[in-house]
Amino acid sequence: MTRDDSDSAHDPGAVGAGAEVGEEYRHMSEEAFGEGPVGPIILDEAVTVDVTDVAPELADPEVVAEIVAPTREIDTPLGKPLVELRDVTVRFGGLVALDTVTFDINRGEILGLIGPNGAGKTTCFNAMTGVYRPTSGTVGFDGQVLGKLKRNQITRLGIARTFQNIRLFSEMTALENVVVGTDARHRTSVPGALFRVPRHRHEERDAIDRGMALLEFVGIGAKATEKSRNLPYGDQRRLEIARALATEPKLLCLDEPAAGFNPAEKAALMDLIRKIRSDGYTVLLIEHDMRLVMGVTDRIVVLEFGKKIAEGLPSEIRDNPSVIAAYLGVPDDATA
Amino acid sequence: MTAPLNERPKGGVGDGFRSWWNAQSRVAQWAFGVPFILLLALLPLLNIPLLTTEGTNFGTVMAQFGMYALIAIGLNVVVGQAGLLDLGYVGFYAVGAYTVALLTSPNSPWNQTGEGGWLSSSWAWLACLPIAVAITAMSGLILGSPTLRLRGDYLAIVTLGFGEIVRLLADNLDEITGGGRGLSQVAYPRLGVAEDFPLGVFSAGNVGKTLNSGVWWYWVSIVLIVVVLMFVGNLERSRVGRAWVAIREDEDAAEIMGVPTFKFKLWAFVIGASIGGLSGALYAGQVQFVVPTNFNVINSVLFLCAVVLGGQGNKLGVILGAFIIVYLPNFFLGRTEILGIPVDGSSIAEYKYLFFGIALMVLMIFRPQGLIPVRQKLLTYGRELYVAARRRSKETAAPANPSAEVAK
Repeated sequence: MTRDDSDSAHDPGAVGAGAEVGEEYRHMSEEAFGEGPVGPIILDEAVTVDVTDVAPELADPEVVAEIVAPTREIDTPLGKPLVELRDVTVRFGGLVALDTVTFDINRGEILGLIGPNGAGKTTCFNAMTGVYRPTSGTVGFDGQVLGKLKRNQITRLGIARTFQNIRLFSEMTALENVVVGTDARHRTSVPGALFRVPRHRHEERDAIDRGMALLEFVGIGAKATEKSRNLPYGDQRRLEIARALATEPKLLCLDEPAAGFNPAEKAALMDLIRKIRSDGYTVLLIEHDMRLVMGVTDRIVVLEFGKKIAEGLPSEIRDNPSVIAAYLGVPDDATA
Repeated sequence: MTAPLNERPKGGVGDGFRSWWNAQSRVAQWAFGVPFILLLALLPLLNIPLLTTEGTNFGTVMAQFGMYALIAIGLNVVVGQAGLLDLGYVGFYAVGAYTVALLTSPNSPWNQTGEGGWLSSSWAWLACLPIAVAITAMSGLILGSPTLRLRGDYLAIVTLGFGEIVRLLADNLDEITGGGRGLSQVAYPRLGVAEDFPLGVFSAGNVGKTLNSGVWWYWVSIVLIVVVLMFVGNLERSRVGRAWVAIREDEDAAEIMGVPTFKFKLWAFVIGASIGGLSGALYAGQVQFVVPTNFNVINSVLFLCAVVLGGQGNKLGVILGAFIIVYLPNFFLGRTEILGIPVDGSSIAEYKYLFFGIALMVLMIFRPQGLIPVRQKLLTYGRELYVAARRRSKETAAPANPSAEVAK
């Protein structure tokens, strides 16, 4: 994997709860790549674009962050529960994938959702984003109950997600992928597009501006005109995040965004997640990598066999005996 | 090291032309485009020996090509862009043709051109055109709203059924559609009436050598194709076109990214249907005679063949596909020799389905994306970005890696 991580490595926003863990990773990355800065390695000379050619103002990271920042009204005040899961149960036939799970996601925080394989993390995710309907229990979101809303309506309401296994629109360019995300906030339909009414033209310009800013924000602005299937794996993951952010979510859900990443890439991803939060987004993170979760999250919810077994600050979770038991198993003499 | 990351579909000629074309300004594109379209329009009058058809009139063949091109553009919206396999597209073609026929044929119980009707005989066809489009759009809506909940093969089978239902209805509703006898004397634009052409230039009776009715209909269809292409292009470079491609690529992901997939699939169906209906109305006017046998399932397959052959998703590609489908059999028809080589052209034309089948199989092996593969532009204002990208890539590629230019 040859990718240029130097941008995000020098990101000033990388101070916070888990910065020291990030440092640890960065140290490892230096071990992996040798001393000195990792120079940009151009894999393909064909299609790279200098974002500043098209939009000079995007040269300033602060301007980029400002364009990317959410502009929509959120009813929930900062620090208050944005999402409220109440006794959510999901059954598949006889299998109880999620059993009366109750927790909140506060606005402005990064909440980690962890658990061993098959604990119900992704099911929980799917119950929130409308892929599955909870068998019982309710999911409240920004003062509204997500009852029978369709998946696309939930997205437009403000929950966006990425996928555990990357699901980009592979024949589209990176920018087009992101613009599909921005379309969620657009209102032009067929008649408007057919006759190119002013609103359509306005929305199209807007979509490209915001799309380029988003790509720049996640660090792949130069690949804007590349087909997404031709992007390296790490960039595809970043593109998924950009596409989800394009829908201007109130809550961004990341489903194992670090799967298949090496330590250097994980460090860069942690920086990116923090950057997203400091830009005003609320983040729900499902992740296996303990170091990453402990380093980046504000609070953690632990699931095992569909049940919530713990909830608290990363330091509390680290020392929680039932979490340790869930992950490492209980010694035989302890159960006997 | 050649980078496999930036792989492109094979076929450098088209790519070279395409990047040249995309680099031109809008004005330059029109300056090249308009004369080219005019040249295409004048093709039947030029009578180029190797191009013209011998067994049938070349003008008539080109008129048929115009209709097939419209159909291919419409079907391309459904199959190529939104990725919904529609095997009953001929049904919409039939609905369009029968709408015009039912409103204007003296055999029809709903004829409106006679006494007491609200259609004057000289403008009847033109007045029926929007009606036919509206009714086919509605039939697309009626077919689409229950069936578009299905996916893939299931949808294909249901649409196949729809095409057959329309044909069987036309065949069996004797009192209305005339059954197997069909509806004759359908209206057509009565223009250019002169001593030589007592019924106008669009009449099927105008069988002059070069400037016959076929050429006139060909010109009408060219105008319609250009208009339809502009509208479809507008849609493609908008939220709608992106939604279609997103649905084609990954319907679930599209839904979760906030695309109302059902709504946009329905729109694709309705738009595809109305273009098919438009073509059907053209057909009814040109032939002036509508019978159910013209709307067999095999025609649906032929339309689909044009789309796949030309390149799914590529508006211009599918027009080429339509040209091949219509022109090649007619080219061979009645020919006994090509460039001095004796051939039995008529029997080649007779086995056209066999040859199209073989051609499709060969194509699927060597060029599955079609003759002119799709390279969609999905952003209205994406031009400057792509031009900037290309300019920059040339600048960076040239000094750093001069061999890249040679390799092209």
